[in-house]
Amino acid sequence: MPPILRQAVGGAREVDADGATVRELLDDLTTRYPGIRAHLLDDGGELNRFVNVYVNNEDVRLGDGLETSVAPDATVIVLPAMAGGR
Amino acid sequence: MGVATYREHLAAVKSEITEISAQEAAARVAEQPGPVLIDVRERDEYEQGFIPGALHIPRGNLESRIDNAVGDRSRPVIIYCAAGNRSAYAAKTLAELGFQDVVSLRGGFADWKQNGHEWKLPRTLTPQQLERYSRHTLIPEVGEEGQLKLLDSKVLLIGAGGLGSPAALYLAAAGVGTLGIIDADVVDRSNLQRQILHTEDRIGMPKVDSAETALKALNPDVTIVKYSERLTSENVLDVITGYDVIVDGTDNFPTRYLLNDASLVANVPVVHGSIYQFEGSVTVYAPRVGPCYRCQYPEPPPPEMAPSCAEGGVLGVLPGVVGTLQATEAVKLLLGVGDPLIGRQLRYDALAMEFVELKMHRDPECPVCSKSPEEIEFIDYEQFCAAPARAVSAAPTFTIKEAVA
Repeated sequence: MPPILRQAVGGAREVDADGATVRELLDDLTTRYPGIRAHLLDDGGELNRFVNVYVNNEDVRLGDGLETSVAPDATVIVLPAMAGGR
Repeated sequence: MGVATYREHLAAVKSEITEISAQEAAARVAEQPGPVLIDVRERDEYEQGFIPGALHIPRGNLESRIDNAVGDRSRPVIIYCAAGNRSAYAAKTLAELGFQDVVSLRGGFADWKQNGHEWKLPRTLTPQQLERYSRHTLIPEVGEEGQLKLLDSKVLLIGAGGLGSPAALYLAAAGVGTLGIIDADVVDRSNLQRQILHTEDRIGMPKVDSAETALKALNPDVTIVKYSERLTSENVLDVITGYDVIVDGTDNFPTRYLLNDASLVANVPVVHGSIYQFEGSVTVYAPRVGPCYRCQYPEPPPPEMAPSCAEGGVLGVLPGVVGTLQATEAVKLLLGVGDPLIGRQLRYDALAMEFVELKMHRDPECPVCSKSPEEIEFIDYEQFCAAPARAVSAAPTFTIKEAVA
């Protein structure tokens, strides 16, 4: 979980979620933590264009997107754009 | 065995090695791949002219430096000095060190020149520069040539803040000849927890002036070009054109998108860094070689979902790590050595003490980098970044208007 979403998940750096695809996984995650839904998904349920999701360090946008399959032990990183520099 | 004179000893050494004429040497140097050419004369002799492509390793340093300079002992080596005597001794030494194909140039540089072969005067570092940059010139991947390249290089720093501070200090220390700095802010006390270019007694001073003071004190070799202004659609091309590398350490999305689009027009690589609280990220956007910022993030988050360091805070040493990584990538790009962070994003989590590398790819349908430079138009970045992302994608405004950083 990126720093800006941690408050919404009780401060956790890593959380568990279930799902065979990224879509199922994010659905499960946003059901558990409704506060982060607007950060991750748009009204149509698609990934926001300022958020990248990496499954085992590979960007899903250039794979099968939200349909990318997720193995049981996969590490999924959710990463919104971050601008800070000062 | 009795006592040998220098002449007798030299003759004995020459009988043990192979000598070639200037003509043979010239023919072998022209081959591809050519032999390693080593000039073993003293520095003052080398400065009077040398054979193009030769490595300069004075005879006295030959044994200690040869492993770094020529690792592969099967590579053919031609050694020369002024007249072919010191090079004979050098050739014998290298043979003893296991080099399989070492020859000495008979008659040395004098014969080479007399026979009309090509030579040139080296551009060299001053004695003071040799001292200052000695730890660089000792590294074969840098050497005196690489150091001269750095001194000829120009790097632009976007922002003299958290990331820009360590990046600028290390680039100045490394002898990057020209550092451009664009920043419209003045030094504030709250900056000093991390912005190590600035000092308590310079609070209130424009950051570009404070940065110049710090960098000039560190290395007077460096020319500082100051831009005490914001990067806008109007000035961006004038500012960035002519720089070899840009180090992006800005703190807002409008500037990051503007810089991305402009760097694709001006064809300048951008070493990107960003920080928030305990985490940072570094990557290199090389125009049309790897992905650009828009391939990675087609749209910025709405402002309420993207707190800045001013709002969310940042650990003071974090930009030290990230900005120093940016400086490292910049130096590698300038020297043309190593594997730059192109198509890879390095994430640093200070609390977990963890580095993760994420793979990025070029988007063939990227709205910017799939276009040729002439086709790229700047948009209204303030509006692009201020409006909710969905509304912007529904109604993009492709007009060139001022973008306030």
